[in-house]
Amino acid sequence: MLELRNISYEVHDEKSDKGILKNVSLTIDDHFVAITGPNGGGKSSLAKIISGIYKPTSGQILLDGVDITDMNITERANLGISFAFQQPVRFKGLTVKDLITLAAGKKLSVTDVCSYLSEVGLCAKDYVNREINGSLSGGELKRIEIAMIIARGTKLSVFDEPEAGIDLWSFGNLIQVFEKMHKEINGSILIISHQERILNIADKIIVLANGEVTAYGSKEEILPELLNTSSSCRYYQ
Amino acid sequence: MDTIQMTLLEQIAGLHEVPAGAYNIRANGESIGRQNSANIEIVPKEDAQGIDIYIKPNTKKESVHIPVLLSQTGLKELVYNDFHIGENCDIVIVAGCGIHNGGDAASQHDGIHTFYIGKNSRVKYVEKHYGQGDGNGERVMNPTTVIHIDEGGYFEMDSVQIKGIDSTNRITRADLADNATVIVKEKIMTHGKQTAETDFTVELNGENSSANVMSRSVARDESRQKFTSNIIGNNRCYGHTECDAIIMDSSSVTALPELVANNVEASLIHEAAIGKIAGEQIIKLMTLGLTEAEAEAQIINGFLK
Repeated sequence: MLELRNISYEVHDEKSDKGILKNVSLTIDDHFVAITGPNGGGKSSLAKIISGIYKPTSGQILLDGVDITDMNITERANLGISFAFQQPVRFKGLTVKDLITLAAGKKLSVTDVCSYLSEVGLCAKDYVNREINGSLSGGELKRIEIAMIIARGTKLSVFDEPEAGIDLWSFGNLIQVFEKMHKEINGSILIISHQERILNIADKIIVLANGEVTAYGSKEEILPELLNTSSSCRYYQ
Repeated sequence: MDTIQMTLLEQIAGLHEVPAGAYNIRANGESIGRQNSANIEIVPKEDAQGIDIYIKPNTKKESVHIPVLLSQTGLKELVYNDFHIGENCDIVIVAGCGIHNGGDAASQHDGIHTFYIGKNSRVKYVEKHYGQGDGNGERVMNPTTVIHIDEGGYFEMDSVQIKGIDSTNRITRADLADNATVIVKEKIMTHGKQTAETDFTVELNGENSSANVMSRSVARDESRQKFTSNIIGNNRCYGHTECDAIIMDSSSVTALPELVANNVEASLIHEAAIGKIAGEQIIKLMTLGLTEAEAEAQIINGFLK
């Protein structure tokens, strides 16, 4: 269970102080929770605060009752938090196998690596020894990013817009990946998304706008209203 | 061979015992083992230090090992090794030099390797440089490689210098005839106050000749590196050179690209990038549970792999 207590996050630049997150309090204990809301609403910042990349200006974060607010990225990762980047990072020289092995934290056979790649719909033999460099497309990198999270198998997996940069054809497969994860994963999935089809498989939906939680409830409660009113920007006001 | 020499041999050539096929092992200024094969003959030079290696035409799937070991402090040597490779060969040459300096005087190996590659022959040349020993004496290596490639010939050079060489000045010169290819992959890591300079000049004289010179390096601490490459296109040809360096701490890296096209059909490209390790790479690996130091080590190992 992940608990955020009064999380605020401000950035200061020369011109002004900007509140990215304003006193956000949330308890996430469902299997599959989606965060949605307008661009610039603070979703990615929230994900980075959970994974330890950003330090909140104030507030407390607890994972299964343990205060992790002052823990660094590595400590949180080892405690069971995984984070899939919106824009996967490229590494010259490191191969798909290297990264998935690092993610799993143990020695993997080629067969093991292949099974993770198959999970995300990549034909494993074509990818195992590929470098994570510019020769891979955005969609391929996203899938490898997701395969790493599956290989880690931690109690909390945070995905920042997994659909961003994925073409329409790949998107259908991506949904299947998340549906399968929803069924099989032991821990919780927290996924930032704008896609109705992803929101549709969530147990709970959080709407984050202007740094505040404007709605949090079951898919049945939130989704119809979101879809009906998005054009009128009700949540986006 | 003593244990120090065996360690050096393992580091530079991956060898635990004398290799199969033709070889010449040079230790502390003299040959301590030599073997010819039916197709490969190694002859000591009479007028200078070094050897001539004669490879008969049509020699395929054979290898030659010519490691050099220095474990005597203060030894300085200049060695000429000439490779005469007949036509239609397909061979692997493993060179390399290991220095153990346990004393205070500088140890230095300057090797001048000249390759004459016959028509349509393929040569893979692997060269590894390694230094160790806790003495204050410098470990210095200055390899010069001169490559003449005849029509249709192919030369691939892998050179690696990851550890323990205080100063190196590497010069590589190549000239290529019609349809000849040269590929160079260089990997260097320097630390402490080490210096490494590499200087490539490739003359693409033949029609449809091609060159690809790729250098990847990591400079740490206060070390200094300088990469110079010059590709000269004198015919319809293709040339590509790439220098990719990670800079750390207080080190310094210079990349000096030069392309000269003397023919309208010459196509020449240079790419150079120098930068520190991207913060997001470290963060990504930390989210997988690695510490910052472990993440850095993985990134460097991968980069130089």
